[in-house]
Amino acid sequence: METPLSQNILNNSEQVISIHGLYKSFGDLQVLKGIDFNLNKGENVAVLGKSGTGKSVLIKIIVGLLKPDLGEVLVFGKKIDKLNSTELNETRLRIGFSFQNSALYDSMNVYQNLAFPLTMNVKNLTKKDVDKAVSEALEAVGLTEKLNEMPSDLSGGQRKRIGIARTLILKPEIMLYDEPTSGLDPVTSAEINKLIIDVQKQYNTSSVIITHDLTCAKSTGNRIALLFDGRFLNVGSFEDVFDTDDEQVKGFYNYNFIQ
Amino acid sequence: MIFANRTYIFSKKIDLYFTGVNDAYKFTSLFFKEAIKKPFHMRELVNQCFEVGLKSLALISLTGFIVGIVFTKQSRPSLEDFGATSWLPSLMGIAIVKALGPLVTALICAGKVGSSIGAELGSMKVTEQIDAMEVSAINPFKYLVVTRVLATTITIPVLVLYCSFVGLFGSYINIHSEETISIISFYQNAFKSISFLDVFTSVTKSVVYGFTIGIVGCYKGFNATQGTRGVGKAANQAVVLAMFLIFVEEIVIVQIANWIRYF
Repeated sequence: METPLSQNILNNSEQVISIHGLYKSFGDLQVLKGIDFNLNKGENVAVLGKSGTGKSVLIKIIVGLLKPDLGEVLVFGKKIDKLNSTELNETRLRIGFSFQNSALYDSMNVYQNLAFPLTMNVKNLTKKDVDKAVSEALEAVGLTEKLNEMPSDLSGGQRKRIGIARTLILKPEIMLYDEPTSGLDPVTSAEINKLIIDVQKQYNTSSVIITHDLTCAKSTGNRIALLFDGRFLNVGSFEDVFDTDDEQVKGFYNYNFIQ
Repeated sequence: MIFANRTYIFSKKIDLYFTGVNDAYKFTSLFFKEAIKKPFHMRELVNQCFEVGLKSLALISLTGFIVGIVFTKQSRPSLEDFGATSWLPSLMGIAIVKALGPLVTALICAGKVGSSIGAELGSMKVTEQIDAMEVSAINPFKYLVVTRVLATTITIPVLVLYCSFVGLFGSYINIHSEETISIISFYQNAFKSISFLDVFTSVTKSVVYGFTIGIVGCYKGFNATQGTRGVGKAANQAVVLAMFLIFVEEIVIVQIANWIRYF
């Protein structure tokens, strides 16, 4: 059954990310072997796959941290690997990237972690503006009381939330989540899943969620893309993707939902 | 098949060595490009100068003082043989200002500051903090590397001058314990034999050492791989390579200074 959100996405066909024939290798190891992928405005796509299949490489190419060997990666209609540094930074300001290990700056406290990207990118901000933006972002992830704590004092789930808050402070249009629930207990994972959906609604973001957690993919993704051996095996709704006799896909499903 | 198997020009090790040299050259060139471009992170630069300078001060003071005392103690018997102990202040002035001050300070800073930069940036690299800066549209090279290299280049010459003064003071204490000499008279004698070229060479050396310590630490840290093991390796390599380069630079600069002196 189509939810109002997914109906809205189907009606809105504007593509914020469009990838054609993407190849990427590291030395002799071929990771991505001809990927085609689209992300529509306002939708969440969960990219599922085993470890080492190139899921994180895909989003690192999208944000320009890695360069493709071959193929075209369009973000907001621009070829990401052809942008000069100014254009690339302008594009990056519209993208939020949540790292697998949160990547919080461990020499800064929570406030400084959140204020840093803002003060470095937006000129002439008063202390009051920064304080307001920080508390708004912390409110969005439900951690207002952690303002003065150091990253080392936070739990895994709290670090993930602060990592997401740090990206939200720049009001991104695209969110890229790298393994948002990895290493977390089921209850905290469920909270992060809810947060991803809340961010989509509150900030009207389009998201790519890299995960090998089927529960995360099912609850956060409007579409699922199954990456196996450097290629997308299946793309569609959760039910469509797993309604198959393919042994690899069935094995992946059975491991996550013990049957 | 789209990608052919990788082949090497000489062998894997030799190719990797030359690739490393090329990478280091590109890294250094990038520093000069980024250093003159806006924005300038002055607050971070001041913060790094504080980290490099003030935090090394105690160690430099102690080492400089001990070097001054020990070198004077060891030089005395040789000069006594010729009845020339009155030359001790001059000898110490030349030895400390021209050679010992810059070298001792540089080696201490290579160990303390170089390893700290290598480990800090290495840790930021392997925990994706540098990537996090990049995706937030912040230039990590400019924010992390340019500020640290400038800080070592500015601060280490100041530390060298300070170390030389403390070393000479140590020397004075030792001489004063055996002979009657005022501190003013000691410093006058010590500086009498030092020319402008000596001081200029000493400052030039310390600027080059400071730059070397900063750029090597940043390069090793920025290119750290393999998790926590890589962080340790980066810190270790930053110290070893910086010390090696400092000795090579010492030979080159002294040789150039001698050519200028006799020109």
